[in-house]
Amino acid sequence: MRFGIIVFPGSNCELDCQWVLHDILGQQAELIWHKEQELKDYDCLILPGGFAHGDYLRTGAIARFSPIMKAVEDHARRGGLVMGICNGFQILCEAGLLPGMLLRNTTLSFICRQVYMRVETTETPFTGTCATGQVLRVPINHNEGRYYADDRTLARLKTNKQVVFRYVTSAGELFEKANPNGSLDHVAGVCNEQRNVLGLMPHPERAAEPLLGSASGRAIFESIINYGRALSPASR
Amino acid sequence: MEMIRAKVYVTLKSGILDPQGETVKGALETLGFAGVQDVRIGKFMVITLNGVGREDATRNIEEMCKKLLANPVIEDYRFEVEEA
Repeated sequence: MRFGIIVFPGSNCELDCQWVLHDILGQQAELIWHKEQELKDYDCLILPGGFAHGDYLRTGAIARFSPIMKAVEDHARRGGLVMGICNGFQILCEAGLLPGMLLRNTTLSFICRQVYMRVETTETPFTGTCATGQVLRVPINHNEGRYYADDRTLARLKTNKQVVFRYVTSAGELFEKANPNGSLDHVAGVCNEQRNVLGLMPHPERAAEPLLGSASGRAIFESIINYGRALSPASR
Repeated sequence: MEMIRAKVYVTLKSGILDPQGETVKGALETLGFAGVQDVRIGKFMVITLNGVGREDATRNIEEMCKKLLANPVIEDYRFEVEEA
């Protein structure tokens, strides 16, 4: 598969994503500077973590107007896959490609630690090889990770099974203490209604090798690759 | 043409938890201030426009708020326009 990783000024997880996709999983993975206005024929775009444009004003507020974003939106509207990780998730929310927004952690502190997130649905291109209820151990690394959506939006997310990941205990239970940032309904990741755009606060790219303490984040990248393979087996 | 100054106030929508505000409220209470019902923290921006009439300035600022300065999912905004 061909992955494109969008790099904004202030992105800092693009090489981790490239490492997982290219060096570990053997896929094509190119970095794309945010000033570009056109995209080549990518199967999946990744918006990596970091502090795009310094997170000034609001997280993602400026990045959402970077020149490349028009092409990212077009790609998403055509049904192309887009995954936003951490800051990438915030940018996708600002761009209106995902519902809701990420607010300051209730702890008022930057949180950098391992958490557990549960796969709530396997009916997405990003979780197809997982099992429903599977618990992934992945790190979070953010100051604004508290998911928020209004009541109507949350109800719609539940009806359409758009909540893809929830923060849980290691045993997969929804305990208040397992929700690190005060996210609404423990939401760690959501997809759009068409299910081709995913955003999540945890960093699966930092949990893709046993050496890093967990390889369970790899399942997300493998799901994407598996999805691509199933779509056009001849060309992959 | 005169200079126009706009004061823009952006606040979290009511009903959205503001942990910063809560913390400041707690601190005010610790300092002995009685009767603090609620503290909400927001952003205050001053935008100076040059060579734009008052009517256009008002329209422009409204547009700026909608497009960039506030996120309608989480924030409300209001602004005042005055001669600088």
